[in-house]
Parts: sequence; C-alpha cells; structure tokens
Amino acid sequence: MPKFVELWVYLSATPLFGLTATVVVYVLAQALYAKLGQAPWANPVLWTVIAIAGGLLATGVSYPTYFAGAQFIHFLLGPAVVALAWPLWERRVELSQRWRGLLLAALAGGTASAVSALALGWALGLPSDVVMSLAPKSVTAPVAMGIADKIGGIPALAAVFAVVTGMVGALSGKYLFQMLKIPVNAAGWMARGFALGTAAHGIGAARALQVNADAGAYAGLALGLQVVLASLLMPLIFRLF
Amino acid sequence: MNGLRGLAWLLGLQSVGELLARGLSLPFPGPVIGMLLMVIALRYAPVRVPVAACASFLLSHLSLLFVPVGVGVMTHLGLLSQFGVRMLVAIVVSTWVGLAVTALVLHRLRSAPDA
Repeated sequence: MPKFVELWVYLSATPLFGLTATVVVYVLAQALYAKLGQAPWANPVLWTVIAIAGGLLATGVSYPTYFAGAQFIHFLLGPAVVALAWPLWERRVELSQRWRGLLLAALAGGTASAVSALALGWALGLPSDVVMSLAPKSVTAPVAMGIADKIGGIPALAAVFAVVTGMVGALSGKYLFQMLKIPVNAAGWMARGFALGTAAHGIGAARALQVNADAGAYAGLALGLQVVLASLLMPLIFRLF
Repeated sequence: MNGLRGLAWLLGLQSVGELLARGLSLPFPGPVIGMLLMVIALRYAPVRVPVAACASFLLSHLSLLFVPVGVGVMTHLGLLSQFGVRMLVAIVVSTWVGLAVTALVLHRLRSAPDA
C-alpha cells in the first residue's frame, strides 16, 4: 500500500498526469455523451470539469500541478482562434450577402449578454471586480481573459465565467429556441447556430456543430465576430466610463 | 503531412499576430489578429489546403480545449461558496438574454421580405 501511495505522489506531480487526465476523462465523457444520444445535460465539458476538479480536490492535487500538464491542451486555444478563419472563409459568399444582418445580430446579442450580465451582477451585489469579470463572458475563454484584464476584472475568473456561460448555452439553447419558436429549417439553423456562437462561444459552437453542420458553421462565424467586436469595443467603452 | 503543415501556418500567423499586437500595442489579442490575417491568407491554395485539414480537426475538438480553464473553478471555491448562486443566476439569465436577442434579431430579419 505505501508503494502505491509513493507511485501516486510521483505520477500526480508530473505534467504527464494533468495531460493524461484531461484527454482520458474527456474521451470517456464524449463516449458517454454519444451513448446518451447527445442529450444536452450530458455535455462532455461539464462532466469532464466536474470529474477532474472533484478528483483533484479529493486527492489533494493542486490546480497548478494539474495545469502543468493540462497547459499543453490549453495552449491550443490560440491556434484554434486562428483556425476560426476557416469557417469564416468557407461562408464568405453568404457573409458578403448578409453581413449587415449578421453584424447587427452579433452587436445586439453581444451587447445584450454583456449589459444584462453587468446589470444582474451589480443588482445582486457582487463585488465590482467580479462584475467586471462577467462582462466578457460570451467571448471565448482566452480572449475573455485578455479583455477582463483590460477592464479591471479577474482574468482567471473571467475564463471560468466564459466556460460556464458556454455550458449554459450548450445545455439550454435547444429548449430556449423551442420556446421562442425558432423553426427547424435552413433559416432556423442559421439563427440557432449564430446565437449559440454569439452568446455561448466555443462550447456553444461545439454543440451546434454536433447537431447541424450549417448551425455549426454559423456558430463558428458568430464566435469569430464576437471575438473581434468584443476585443475592439469593450476596452474602448470601459475606458469612456 | 497536410495537418502538420496547417498547424505550422496557424502557429506562424498567431506569432505574427502576437508580434503586431505587442509591437503596435493594438487592443486585439494576438490570435485574433492571426485569425484576420488567416482570412486573407486562405485565398491562396498552398495555405488553404493544409489549414483546412488542421482547422477542421482542431475545431471539431474545440470543447476539449476549455477543460483546463474550466477545472480552474476549483481555485475559486471561496468566492463560489460566498457568491456562487448569485454568479450563476447572473450567468444563466444573461446567457439566455444573449441567445434570445441574437436568434430573434436574425429570425425577424430573415422573415421580413428581403430589402
């Protein structure tokens, strides 16, 4: 038994542990998600995060130790943001025809998310640095961290808020769209996908991509637009006030 | 091989983006500038073909990339136990507002006769 403890102490301290845990738990969660017919509540990010965070807390492994390995996955967020150029380029014809409507929807949706988050955070009496970390929550996590840093929020908290926002969108989008009577046709998939990318960034886009290819492409487009709009406008607007 | 070449392009343009962001102190994060440069670069087939292979792979596993940051929630247990419910209410409601506004704006625009 002491042998096992020694081995665990050794393994859990190497970067290999964080990397392996992230990939293996995610692959298992993904398999479970497929088996459950991609039910929104079975969201693989949600369960992977719960399983790993719970496991780390239970075994007393610290987050920095875990992150030493997980950073190799985290690092890929940068190239992934660059890769968003691909769905944009693929839809360039539609984009050049509909850019006014899409830009209007992206601005309206992004503003609505940020303003309602700020207003609610403030009304519920959250500390001001927490409220500021809520503002960029519809923007994909790495960019949200950068924005939070510029407007007086806490980058690490902003990243967590962004991830939770993505999960809320992925989990509940379907039901919300049904309530709003957004149809299940070409125009409906466009609206659903674009809304998920705007309000729930990469995690919403991943969900949209699994449900419908068109919805996924529009979600990628919306997520890219939101990144550009928010990183340009948010620091400017907050500098004015 | 195409996948690897695509990754080289993605990392290359991200680096250029980082350099431009730092050098000119632009308000955009480096990867965002890289993305804008990539939209232009994709017009050329020698860039497009490898990047398409790598980008589709990377984007199809996009949600995995959020796991390390998401696990970071465990470092904020203090804030969470104090404000957790209120933070969750603010996040959930504002996400619904954002989803609804975006979807309804697009839906109305599409339902209206084309201008």
